[in-house]
Amino acid sequence: MTENEKAARQKKISHAIMWIVLLLLFVCFIFPFILVIINVFKSKADIVANPMALIGAHGFTLKNFPEAMKKMNFLTVFGNSLIITCCATVLTILVSSMMSFVIVRNGRWKFCALIFSLMIASMVIPFQVLMVPLVSVYGGILNVLNHRITLILMHVGFSVSMAVFMFHGAIKTNIPLALEEAATIDGCSRWQTWWKVVFPLLKPTIATVGIINAMAYWNDYLLPSLVLTKKNLYTIPIATQAFYGTYSTDIGLVMAALLLAMLPILILYVFLQRYIVEGVASGAVKG
Amino acid sequence: MKQNTLGYKIKQYLMFGGVGTVLFLGVVAVPFIYGLYLTLTSWDGVSRSKPFVGFANFAAAFQDTTYWQAMGRTVIYSIFAVILINIVAFALAYLVTSGVKGQNFFRAGFFVPNLIGGIVLGYVWQFVFNRAFVAIGKAITGGTAVSLLASPNGAMFCLILVSVWQYAGYMMLIYVAGFMSVSKDVQEASLIDGCTPAQAMKNVTIPLMRSSFVQCIFLSITRCFVVYDVNLSLTKGEPFGSSVMAAMHVYNQAFTYKNYGLGQAEAVILFLVCAIVGVTQVMVGKRGEVEA
Repeated sequence: MTENEKAARQKKISHAIMWIVLLLLFVCFIFPFILVIINVFKSKADIVANPMALIGAHGFTLKNFPEAMKKMNFLTVFGNSLIITCCATVLTILVSSMMSFVIVRNGRWKFCALIFSLMIASMVIPFQVLMVPLVSVYGGILNVLNHRITLILMHVGFSVSMAVFMFHGAIKTNIPLALEEAATIDGCSRWQTWWKVVFPLLKPTIATVGIINAMAYWNDYLLPSLVLTKKNLYTIPIATQAFYGTYSTDIGLVMAALLLAMLPILILYVFLQRYIVEGVASGAVKG
Repeated sequence: MKQNTLGYKIKQYLMFGGVGTVLFLGVVAVPFIYGLYLTLTSWDGVSRSKPFVGFANFAAAFQDTTYWQAMGRTVIYSIFAVILINIVAFALAYLVTSGVKGQNFFRAGFFVPNLIGGIVLGYVWQFVFNRAFVAIGKAITGGTAVSLLASPNGAMFCLILVSVWQYAGYMMLIYVAGFMSVSKDVQEASLIDGCTPAQAMKNVTIPLMRSSFVQCIFLSITRCFVVYDVNLSLTKGEPFGSSVMAAMHVYNQAFTYKNYGLGQAEAVILFLVCAIVGVTQVMVGKRGEVEA
């Protein structure tokens, strides 16, 4: 055997070992999800008797789903989550990209510089510091809690600094000033330059900001639980928490509720997996 | 020229940045300042009056032993979780960039826990710890087995385990980007110069990836310090309040016991501790950064 063949063989073996290690780790990572999936089709008694069995002693059942959906009010809750996530994401993208445009292009205006540094500084503030005053101002003084629109605007307000930071970088490095000047000479107003020239060029950053924020809004628990306290306004995380509080002993229903809570985003992930992973990665590296 | 007038500037700014500014100020800046004021009052959350008490809340916060116990617990939890998250994430990143078959599939798979919120993850794991592991334990010992969540140390262990599982996939993506940014040339050069692969990793690749480490450690510290969702759904602070983390203590102080002023003061202390630790870490980490 030549040196080269030897090296190639060694590489093959090490790859095979790494692949097996990866597979084992992968199984560990998805083990909890597999457990939920196999138990969701069992009756309560079967789960209690043996949560590890693939099929329960009383066979396969689907009856956990309709009951959990009804008790969790799943369709309403899902609708709430969907409306809130979509509106907040679209608003975040529009509001923060426009804001970063005016900040980047007029960096010498003192007010722009001030608000931008305020926003950067605010990114270290954890939500825990803001929750009490938030409830006090918007609940106690203005009395606007328990409206979806309040939550949507709060979501946008919390993520606007991070999003402005990301759009700021994108506009500064990727959009040549000459392009805007050309548009102005061709007769575009500032607004038209923005909407027809700059905004379409920001697509990659729009995708990143949209994906990161949509995931954060969809999964957020603490802020929605403080803002929305009426049952018909609950989002999926709050509804899951409330459901668990009431039916934690009815383990079959719990399994169905947990699966329902995870399913929408998992289905989306199957289709958009590449974009989500890339979006989160580029967002994380910039942030 | 018209573009230099104050009126033009204001109009331009409001047209593009008005909404964003109002939302940012209304949701972040104003509540932050108002929150600092609240720490100086003994507001109960209901009454209209907010009696001014000076620094009494901070004095009370420093004497609140349960708060400092929760803080100590959070520090211990964070140390273990941060170290383990980064070790696991780095190992995963190494494996999924080594060129094995299906590495993109694995990359996507390890990221799955990040798609789902902490509340749901906590309940899923509660089922795993309370039912599945107990069933496995019974099968192995042939007798009885108790859930890990039933003992204080066990609950802490579970919280750390779930956090590592939850965040490792996210940090892995940052390390993957770090691995990609180290050029193959330098690695090959070090191998030709006689490094073993392990030496090349230790002396060439890892120093060049320092910024990834700084960033991942910063992100994991700031997230672990204010952990709440998983804490609430996985252990709810049980058994006997032994797994109440600082963020949960702050929430309970304010919203359960209605000591808004005290709760807010404790939140501010938590914020300061978290910020000091995070900033120190970044400063120390950045100092030794090298370039190829």
